[in-house]
Amino acid sequence: MTASPPLVVSENLTKFFPLPKGRKVHAVDGVDLTIHEREIVGLVGESGSGKTTFGKTLIGLLAKTSGTVTYRGKTLPQQYEAADFRRQAKVMQMIFQDPYSSLNPRMTVGEIVGEGLKLHSDLSASDLRDRVASWLSRVGLEPDYMSRYPHEFSGGQRQRIGIARALILEPEFVVCDEPISALDVSVQAQVVNLLEELKASMGLTLLFIAHDLSMVRYISDRMAVMYLGAMAEIGPAQDVFFEPKHPYTQILIASNPEPDPNLERSRKSTTITGEIPSPVDIGPGCRFAARCPHVMEQCRVQTPLLLPLAGQPDRQVACHLFT
Amino acid sequence: MTAPAPPAKQPPLLTVENLQVEFETYGGTVQAVRGVSFSVEAGKTLAIVGESGCGKSVTVQALMGLVPMPPGRLKSGTAELRGRNILGTSQIDGLDFRGREIGMIFQDPMTSLNPTMTIGRQIAETLEVHLGWSRKKAFARAIELLDMARIPEAAQRAKQYPFEFSGGMLQRAMIAMAIACEPAILIADEPTTALDVTIQAQVLDLLGDLQREHGTAIILITHDLGVVARMADEVAVMYAGQIVERGSVDDIFYRPAHPYTVGLRAAMPSNNPDAEHRLLPIEGSPPDLFSPPAGCAYAARCPHAMRICSTHEPAPFVVGADHYGKCWLHHEKAAGGASMIAAAAAPPEKKS
Repeated sequence: MTASPPLVVSENLTKFFPLPKGRKVHAVDGVDLTIHEREIVGLVGESGSGKTTFGKTLIGLLAKTSGTVTYRGKTLPQQYEAADFRRQAKVMQMIFQDPYSSLNPRMTVGEIVGEGLKLHSDLSASDLRDRVASWLSRVGLEPDYMSRYPHEFSGGQRQRIGIARALILEPEFVVCDEPISALDVSVQAQVVNLLEELKASMGLTLLFIAHDLSMVRYISDRMAVMYLGAMAEIGPAQDVFFEPKHPYTQILIASNPEPDPNLERSRKSTTITGEIPSPVDIGPGCRFAARCPHVMEQCRVQTPLLLPLAGQPDRQVACHLFT
Repeated sequence: MTAPAPPAKQPPLLTVENLQVEFETYGGTVQAVRGVSFSVEAGKTLAIVGESGCGKSVTVQALMGLVPMPPGRLKSGTAELRGRNILGTSQIDGLDFRGREIGMIFQDPMTSLNPTMTIGRQIAETLEVHLGWSRKKAFARAIELLDMARIPEAAQRAKQYPFEFSGGMLQRAMIAMAIACEPAILIADEPTTALDVTIQAQVLDLLGDLQREHGTAIILITHDLGVVARMADEVAVMYAGQIVERGSVDDIFYRPAHPYTVGLRAAMPSNNPDAEHRLLPIEGSPPDLFSPPAGCAYAARCPHAMRICSTHEPAPFVVGADHYGKCWLHHEKAAGGASMIAAAAAPPEKKS
């Protein structure tokens, strides 16, 4: 897996949102992440941990406060101009969380799916229609749905429309922001299988943002855990899920209810008290220190760095317990 | 009123028989709940599981008189709390049973609480209305209840408004409100769906502890099989307005008796390294409840469907103690049908 070259690299990527009186929301604060070609990286964390902001900043939908993103070794602009979007749209795309609000209700499915292609190619109207039709059938929809409007479709069907819209330009890298959270269990499996198939047939690289830990473990090659704007742990998905190292990851995985009554009965409660703190004007020290069961003196003053584990270079943890 | 001394087997607290709820719309009549029967015992948790639109919320809303009528209509059915009718009324012996004998927790705490009242007053109001307590006494009790729901600094928090609470704390405040009158039954409609897993675990632990301390019966509505495995004693699986399988939590997970139950499980990752399987989606979509199919509602999506399935509705076949599956495969003429479900419950195909 790690043999493939890096495709997208974020270094010290930071996104702050300004508040009145000079205060700042530290939504994403110095995140390093390397995504290799043809890899699925799953990004998990609680709401407010900065997952979505990271994904949007990574592909340029939000301007960076500081830090860099390189794509195939080339540094991408700090803030995208219209020309940057035009250039990048062909290589990077995003699938959005809410299949209800992310499709324009006044456009037909054909217009929504074909819009990117219309802007980025000089296909004739009939070729464009053929391409839209073939993409609709590729994501499991009838080609003659083209003339219908989004409200005529179920959540799962809309998510497929969103997938066809994102993939019709045949990008290399796709950020999937909670693509299955709004869907029923039986439909989630349809969408996940579709993404896996398209990944295999198109050689896609995916950043899969979700809060469903089981599904992220299932689909991802590597799993990254975010907490309050910073990366807590990165590693092979199976290892992170079954042998979490960071105390936060341990609590997150232990809180994930398993569909297995015997397992649930044997499991002791590991709930933590408290909730994710406010990301406004974060001081030094570990972000998890206030809730961490293993907190030490050092944790409150010194910010832990994301470092490889001894003997496991493919796993990185940001915790003083391991340094 | 004092109940007669219970015999060896405790009678159920709540018994629902053949509940049918319809909605009149411009497009026709939606048969949202099509003959649901279940019972709940004190101190036990019944989970009602199903996907969106299966009628699980409408079922409990009908019990609580929360279905707007019209367009809603109770077509038939009975519901008895300790032997007294609660369907189509909000009162038992001239007193509102809602909030007093049956408490309810809603999915979205942000929109279910009054934004213009402090949290403490909203909880106190319950006690004033149902038990006739004074404002002062009720507010003091509200603080105790918030403390029981593990809200830190309850005395200060009681004076705050909902916008000052986080989602997890609002849900705990709603639990405090629902248990204020020490109801015999607590209905929780997707109580943790809007919450993160760590906060979900806190809320589920709280519900479990309250149940152990007070012997409350819980009806838990959820679509999350993980939450079912953690919380439930009994499970009812709903599909297209009907309970298609009912049994103990172990029956449902280890001895499923309906292809839909099997399908739901196979559509999820297992998290068991030895049993990793490719996700098996349930193809198709649930039937249109404007005109439900004549036979089994699941037949069109069922991998084991037989000819009879699309023409005749199956009866609930008893497959074990308090365990039934509404599926023709359990009929004696469907030779080996039950073993087909069992085989499907252990998906052999490994993930590539």
